[in-house]
Amino acid sequence: MNIKMPRWFYQLASPKWFYEFTGALLPWFSAAAIILLLIGTVWGLVFAPADYQQGNSFRIIYIHVPSSILAQSCYMMMAVAGAIGLIWRMKIAHVVAGACAPIGASIAVMSLATGAIWGKPTWGAWWVWDARLTAMLVLLFLYIGVIALNSAFDNKASADKATAVLSLVGLVNIPIIKYSVEWWNTLHQPATFTVTEKPAMPPEMWMPLLVMVLGFYCFFAVVLMSRARIEVLEREKRSDWVKRVIQAY
Amino acid sequence: MTPKRKKRLSIILGLVFGTALIVGLVMFSLSENINLFYSTSQIAQGEAPVGARIRAGGMVVDGSIKRSTDSLKVQFAITDYEHQVIVEFTGILPDLFREGQGIIAQGKMDAQGIFQADEVLAKHDENYMPPEIAESMKQKQESVK
Repeated sequence: MNIKMPRWFYQLASPKWFYEFTGALLPWFSAAAIILLLIGTVWGLVFAPADYQQGNSFRIIYIHVPSSILAQSCYMMMAVAGAIGLIWRMKIAHVVAGACAPIGASIAVMSLATGAIWGKPTWGAWWVWDARLTAMLVLLFLYIGVIALNSAFDNKASADKATAVLSLVGLVNIPIIKYSVEWWNTLHQPATFTVTEKPAMPPEMWMPLLVMVLGFYCFFAVVLMSRARIEVLEREKRSDWVKRVIQAY
Repeated sequence: MTPKRKKRLSIILGLVFGTALIVGLVMFSLSENINLFYSTSQIAQGEAPVGARIRAGGMVVDGSIKRSTDSLKVQFAITDYEHQVIVEFTGILPDLFREGQGIIAQGKMDAQGIFQADEVLAKHDENYMPPEIAESMKQKQESVK
């Protein structure tokens, strides 16, 4: 069996091509992020109906759920990029993986903080050591570990390899977060959205949530590309095309 | 893919699935400790440690809430629809506490078999709906009865 990767996969590996490609994408993603986040926030906070049990305090779902989803997707992206970097020895993949870590850590903090703020009025506690909450905290620690390990090396190549291995090992936490509410008794409720069933929420409630999730992903793309572009310039600072880019400013 | 890359890919897959297997086995052996609470059936069948501080979870039984008139003391029963446990608690209950609501109480079993709770947390389910829909669903259920 011989797997042939598509052309764009190898094109992305060229720092110059990556820089130009993301430069063309950035304005589109920025515009989409601003529009989606604005619509989603106003829709979710003002126009979506209140919940029959929790009243208006359920509206924090419009930040809590997108940030929780994104914190996990970002980790998966970091691990997959790390694996690509290890297998194909692709520097750009390590640049992307390195850019994921601080973004993911901030979003995991946001998910934990909004969860605590939501937990106090509804459950009666800021924090409970149940499986879902603990696994999410482990995710934050994994992000912090990746950042710390990455900055512990002087040599960029060794740092890239070590952090890629750590993020791949930590990948095991993602299914634990997802299924913790089904495998064990937890205070956290099970998922409202599943692939196989209708959402346990009417459309006027989940539509703004969907807009928020898409907005969070676009925002993530913008921040990720911006961070990766700066890192590319830093790493390639001795090449001619970077010198030309710098001179153009 | 070159043979070298294929080899690296299989090493990485081995690493990921290896850790998943190890963590999976550890989780499986620790699952009793990872559970946040004991169900009322587990307590009735003696699976929960006696005399130790535990958490008990269940639905508040309809019509079982008895409030004291001169203090914050409240007594209610929780059930998993098989066994019931009587819970006593002194303090402020969370806003979501009501009949039919899932709750988790932390405390100890006393000699009379009453669960003396020092903390009551309300569990909410994954269903969200506007109040009007909840109201109309309730009316439909009642007309069926």
